[in-house]
This record gives sequence, structure tokens and C-alpha cells, in this order.
Amino acid sequence: MDAFSQLLNGFAVALTPMNLLWCLLGTTLGTAIGVLPGLGPALTIALLLPITFKVEPTAAFILFAGIYYGAMYGGSTTSILLNTPGESATIVTALEGHKMARNGRAGAALATAAIGSFVAGTIGTLGITFLAPVVVDWALRFGPADYFSLMVFAFVTVSAVLGSSAVRGLATLFFGIWLGLIGVDLQTGQARFTFGLPELLDGINVVVVAVGLFAVGETLYVASRYRFGKDEIIPLSGSLWMTLEEWKRSWKPWLRGAAIGFPIGAMPAGGAEIPTFLSYYAEKKFSSKPQEFGKGAIEGVAGPEAANNASAAGVLVPMLTLGLPTSATAAIMLSAFQSYGINPGPLLLQSQPQLVWGLIASLFIGNVMLLVLNLPLIAIWVKLLQIPAPLLYAGILVFATIGTYGITQSPVDLILLYLIGGIGYLMRRYDFPAAPVIIGMILGPLAEQNFRQAMTISAGDWTVFFTRPLSATILALAALALFGPKLYQLAMRPKPDHVPGDA
Amino acid sequence: MTSGSQEEEAARARPAIGETIIGAGVLVLAIVMFWQAMLIPVSPLYAKVGPTVVPLMTAAALGLLGVLLLIDAWQGGWQPEEEKTVKPDRAALLWIIAGLVLNVALIGPAGFTIASIILFVCVARGFGSKAIVRDALIGAAFALIAYFGFATTLGINIGSGWLESTIERVIGVEGG
Repeated sequence: MDAFSQLLNGFAVALTPMNLLWCLLGTTLGTAIGVLPGLGPALTIALLLPITFKVEPTAAFILFAGIYYGAMYGGSTTSILLNTPGESATIVTALEGHKMARNGRAGAALATAAIGSFVAGTIGTLGITFLAPVVVDWALRFGPADYFSLMVFAFVTVSAVLGSSAVRGLATLFFGIWLGLIGVDLQTGQARFTFGLPELLDGINVVVVAVGLFAVGETLYVASRYRFGKDEIIPLSGSLWMTLEEWKRSWKPWLRGAAIGFPIGAMPAGGAEIPTFLSYYAEKKFSSKPQEFGKGAIEGVAGPEAANNASAAGVLVPMLTLGLPTSATAAIMLSAFQSYGINPGPLLLQSQPQLVWGLIASLFIGNVMLLVLNLPLIAIWVKLLQIPAPLLYAGILVFATIGTYGITQSPVDLILLYLIGGIGYLMRRYDFPAAPVIIGMILGPLAEQNFRQAMTISAGDWTVFFTRPLSATILALAALALFGPKLYQLAMRPKPDHVPGDA
Repeated sequence: MTSGSQEEEAARARPAIGETIIGAGVLVLAIVMFWQAMLIPVSPLYAKVGPTVVPLMTAAALGLLGVLLLIDAWQGGWQPEEEKTVKPDRAALLWIIAGLVLNVALIGPAGFTIASIILFVCVARGFGSKAIVRDALIGAAFALIAYFGFATTLGINIGSGWLESTIERVIGVEGG
């Protein structure tokens, strides 16, 4: 097996003492920011992007991947003990997990979440190992037109299909694409949308946008409603050792969750919420005690947590093999690749085998570290939850300022940061998704590049996107994803089973 | 997954103010983009797929979405019920905005640490903390650790004022 020997080489890279340290640092930091409300992996990696100027790519990506995986583990702790899901992917965990904590079984809920994350994360990483080379074989045949169509497909799914409204999702996506277009056009040297500001010629840094939306916007939002509800932390209770019955009720949901999460994550559509919801409903169906659902059923924690981690692994497949990020975090990682001058895509596995396989191997190692960090050491992380909100959010904003101001020392960036933060606040309040902004901003310029290449090859013939079979198929799928749900709704109209106002 | 049944929305339809402003804002942005894109000079060499094609497509798409948002807004808006019932805490927001504005204004002249302390205190106040001295001390410690951490590990030079320079002079450069 070729992938297998490559993976062994990867372990040789990942097991060097320095890289192990990076992995440990990443997983620890990831768990911490996963536990802390208000901080997420996209924000953290964005703030750490300057590290790409200092350390070699393998080390940086091992660090970033550790943060990415760690945040998934840590997020479940917050969901279970605090009932405030740190991320959309852990909403479902809070449903049953928090009930379990209230019933005095917090220990078991945390254990099944951590072990389930480990099982699914490992399965998902195995999935990357064997799926990535296959996708690469495929992707080598892609031309610019096909890539453009694939990106259109990803745009549609991340913005229109996954959120609560296609119009709002697409609006934020195009806002992001616009942000990505600002600056000098690399092909012709023309300045675009710079409004005469020299600071904008180099484009808007993705750090400014990510930090603005996820740190400043989030802080404003939390502050605006902080006095209305105080979160109550449920103390750690119950043994961390699951009983035999709990093991019996957990292992199948773990495997099913992984089986649901990985393929959905690996599709160039992404989204970690859908697999968790699917897994939740699947477990409710399969459970021998469906009456416990809503009151703290362990299956409802085990399945979705596994699905969440497996889909996080899956997202790395299109990112590494096609250069196609389908989550905000993956988009930021893509911009880290760009800052090294590396283009993720089908050639990455051949041109940077050390990097890719070292990264994948470090994911296996990171999963083991995370299991240790999140089970025996759980009490430390619970302490983090006791940081008072005023200090936590004040700290987040100070850190956001350093991260942004430090890049260019330009007050223009700070003003942009705060303006985007204000927009982020309004987006939260009016139910606009934030991830499409980041994805549009990173992927938009790449889509434009492929679009222009395809048009140049076809000598300006627009039909090229519809005459190439692959491209046409992908575009048809995108159209189906965009209009399908509406048509389905129209067809199903007679039954008024919808509750007014979508969640 | 798309917004619920339109009939019911329309039944209690009343134009929603916030949503109308947002829809109009998107539309205005699209018009400004269109105007700005038309100003980009295109050399005949790239006439077919020049630097304006994608910007114009983006402006057109955003314009269409702005119109759709306005229609949604006039049919009663889309803001979730839960959000509508919560009146945002204006005082908290004002404290934080004040902190941000002071931070931008002071980070150049007064240096990073002082600007950060003020930001820290204002944000903490926005979240209801009244212990200003304690917050200022924590903010100072936090800002200095962050300053030297970033400066040494990431090699980033964040604007330094007299406070940072003094400390650097007294202790040499500290390891973060």
C-alpha cells in the first residue's frame, strides 16, 4: 500500500521531538480555546498566522491542525458543563450532554465525548490517509473550468444549503468575495475597490476580517445580552469511568457517528452541523431507550460528538487535495499555505510529501494526546470555565488588537477590524452566517483566477463551463443544491407542517 | 432549511425596520461596487476576461440579493423571535465601543500597553465589572505578557510607547 509507506514516512516527520512539541502545544491550545466560550479555532489560527514567517511549514501546520482538532474536543466540555455551545457543531452535544450533567453524570458525558472524539477522529484521519490519494488521482484531470465549477459548488453549499436562509448565506458569501477582490489585481496590476487608500492596495488581510467577525463581533454580541442571562456551570460530577452499560450504549453511536461525519465532511460542501444533527436523529431511532432522549441519553452525546470530529477530519480532504476550504478554519489554513507560497491542490501530495504526510501522522498523534488531555486532565479545563466573563472578553479584545495591529502597525487595519466587528455584530443579531465571508474572501480570488484562465483558454467563450462534461455536471449539482430545496418545498406545499419562523 | 412558509410570514406582514436597513445597505454596497468596478481601466489586451468581469458579477449578485432581502424585510423580516425579544444592552455596547475608539486613538501616541489597559478596563466595565483598579492591573499584566510574547516569539513589533521602552531598558529584552 503506497499510502501506508507514505504514512510511515509521515510518522518519521511528526515524531521528531520538535514536531511533537508543536503538536502538544497545538492540541493544548486547541483544547483551551475550545473550552473557552468566545474563542474558536478559526480566530486562534488567524491570530497565529504571523508564525508562518518564523517557523517552517510542517511545524506550523502541525500546530494549526492540533488547534483545529483540539477545539473540537474542548468544545464538547463547554457544551456539557455550561450549555452554551462554543460552536455550531456542538449544539447537539449540549442537548443531551447538559441534561446528563444536570443528572449528575457529567463525568460519563465528558468521557463518552472524549473517547468518541478519539475513535471518530482516528477513523477520520485513516479516511484522509486513504481517500486523499484517490481524490488526487481524480483531481489531476481537472482543468481551470472544472475547478471554477467546483468552487461555485462549494460556494453554494457552504452558504446557501447549510444555513437557515439561502439569500442571507449568499449575501454574506458575496460580501466576502468582494472583500477578497479589494487590492491590486495580480494579473493586470489594476487597483480594485481601494477607494484611493494606499493601505488597501495589498488587499485586506484575512486576519483582520476573521478577528473582526469572530472576536470583536462576538464580544459585542455577547455583551449586548450579557446581563440577561448568567451561565451556570455544572460542577464535575460522577465518575469519569463509564459503566459497562454506558460503554455498551456508546460504541455503536461512535462508529455510526464517524460513518456519518467523515463522508459529509469530505464532500466539497463541508459543514459540521449537518452530520451532528443526522447522527442525533439516527441515534434516537436506533436507541433501545428512545424515551431517554431529551432527558440525557448518552447515545445523543456519543454519536454527534463522533460525527463532529470525523467531519472535521473529512474537511481536510478537499482542503489538502483540491485546495478547497469548506469551513472558516480550513479557509484560514489555506491562507497559511498561501503565505508560504504553497498551493494546496492535487500536486501538493507530490511536491510536499513531507508536509502532507507529516501533518496527517501528527493528526493521529494529536488524537492520542487529546484523549489524555481531555480525560485525566479534564479538571484543569473546567477551571478555565471559571474565568469571569469581563476579564475573558477584555482579554480577547486586547489579544485581537495585538494580532491585528502587529501585522502592519497601521491604524487603518484597526479601524477596519472594528468596522468589520460592528458588521459581525449585526450579522449575529440578524441571523447571517459568518463562515461564508471568510470562505468567500479566500476562495473568491482563486475562483476568479480559474475563471479567467478557463476563459483565456477558451478564447473568451462563456460556454466552456457547460460544454466540458465534468464542469457541466458539477454546475448542475450546484444548481440542484441551490434550487432543489425550494422546489421540494413547493412540491410538498399542501402539508402545512412547518412551524413558522425557522430556527 | 430555507425561510419558513411565505404565506404565514405575509399574514402578519409588517415591514421590519432593521431588516429594511440591512437590505438597503446591501443594495447600496452593490451600487457602489458597480460604480467602482466601472472605474477600473481595462486594457484591450484583457478585454474579454479583464479585471472587471468578476467584480461586476459580484456587484450584480449582491444587488440581486439586496433586492431579495428588501422583499423579505417588507414581508415582515427574518430576525429570529428570540433576538427580537431581547433588547440589546446599550450601555454595555457603548462601553466597549468607547474602549475600541480610545484604543485606536491612543495606540499610536501612547503605545500599545496604555491603549490596551484602557481597552481592557472599558470592555470589563461593559461586562459589568466595577473593579477598575483590579481590571487595570490585570489588563497591564496581560498586555505586557502579550507584548513581549508577540515581540519575541513571533518577531512582531507592536507599537511601543514610553512604558514598553522603559521596561525594555530596565530589564533588557524579556523572554515571553
